[in-house]
Amino acid sequence: MSKRINPWVLITGALVGIAAVLLTALGNPANMGFCIACFIRDIAGATHLHFAAPVQYFRPEIVGLVLGSTIMSLASKEFKARAGSSPATRFIIGAFVMIGALVFLGCPLRMVIRMGGGDLNAFVGLAGFFIGILIGVFFLKKGFSLKRTYEVTKTEGFALPGLLILLFGIFLAVPSLFAFSESGPGSKYAPALISLLVAIVVGAFAQKSRLCMVGGMRDAVMFRDFNLLSGFAVIFVVVFLGNVILGKFTGFSTISQPISHSSELWNLLGMVLVGWGSVLLGGCPLRQLILAGEGNGDSAVTVLGMLVGAAFAHNFKLAGSADSLVDGVYKVGGIATTGKVVVLIGFAVLLVISLLNSTLVKKEAK
Amino acid sequence: MIDARGQSCPIPVVMVQNAVKKENHPSELQVKVDAKVCVENITRYAATVGYTVSVEEADGEYTLTLKK
Repeated sequence: MSKRINPWVLITGALVGIAAVLLTALGNPANMGFCIACFIRDIAGATHLHFAAPVQYFRPEIVGLVLGSTIMSLASKEFKARAGSSPATRFIIGAFVMIGALVFLGCPLRMVIRMGGGDLNAFVGLAGFFIGILIGVFFLKKGFSLKRTYEVTKTEGFALPGLLILLFGIFLAVPSLFAFSESGPGSKYAPALISLLVAIVVGAFAQKSRLCMVGGMRDAVMFRDFNLLSGFAVIFVVVFLGNVILGKFTGFSTISQPISHSSELWNLLGMVLVGWGSVLLGGCPLRQLILAGEGNGDSAVTVLGMLVGAAFAHNFKLAGSADSLVDGVYKVGGIATTGKVVVLIGFAVLLVISLLNSTLVKKEAK
Repeated sequence: MIDARGQSCPIPVVMVQNAVKKENHPSELQVKVDAKVCVENITRYAATVGYTVSVEEADGEYTLTLKK
């Protein structure tokens, strides 16, 4: 094995894959053992930020991932409260990354999980994700930066982990305050404490290994560094094998895949938006949660941007709807015209942000 | 000395990469960062372009010295 591959990345990749298969077996939606975008969207629904009945549940996995990162970073003395790198810009990028992910129906992590489940639509998403990363890398090479962070007060660093713990405590104590789906993906969940514990373990390992879906491809393209990409590959292999072992693998196809649509152009473009935006943010949605857990206030703001993006995606009906069988007729899902327009607006917004923060427009800072 | 403190991933590595190219593979380069992840990333990159790296830590900041 190359010395440049960190074994922690391989271990974390395997853990994420096992956790995804396990949580699905215990009740999470199919091919959605772990999906950061879907779970933040479900939390937005549970907290009444949107009213899409099928996607409302306060997912403990999000709390666990952040908490696991906080615990690991405190233990390794890496926890550091920092912020100040264009938080409002990051909020907006986070919102569009979320909208892109919900158009495709999954964050980069679920994309890999869907690939391992035999969903060929996710391979189209992968192509889009790669194109998005190439666009982002182009701007990084042109000096793109959202400027530096600074050390800030400890409260900033604990803001998101603290908020999530508080909300989760209230969720456990008075669940009736929150919305629960009666059908659809939001109605399918593994036992809350098991989800929490599994996510804490995954979050801790993800902090230690720096696992990042976008980082894998970005580093491979920019530096011929395949360290993080190896984690991506391991997740795919483990999920694939897990599905085969559990008898859930029925071959590769674009048709009748769980919570997936075959409007391929929008699968592609949704993930271009995710890839491009994530490169500008410096990491995929999973990585943003982990960084927020380490005390990064900018990433905490990004997560809040994703939460608002999820609420917009459903309130304005921008999100994709899955292919379905209606009266025995296969109906291709996809996105409404509003969703298509907002994806295009998203490209325009990312282009403006990319140009204004790179040396293509401004002079290089001394 | 490249000051990459506070820059998010992977910008510190891009800064080092640009300096290596611009200065035509200098025999020595110094970089300052403030996150362990940047130390790891720069160290991995430096190895691919033939540099060995030594790291000094003080007050949560790291000074990396890259040598041919």
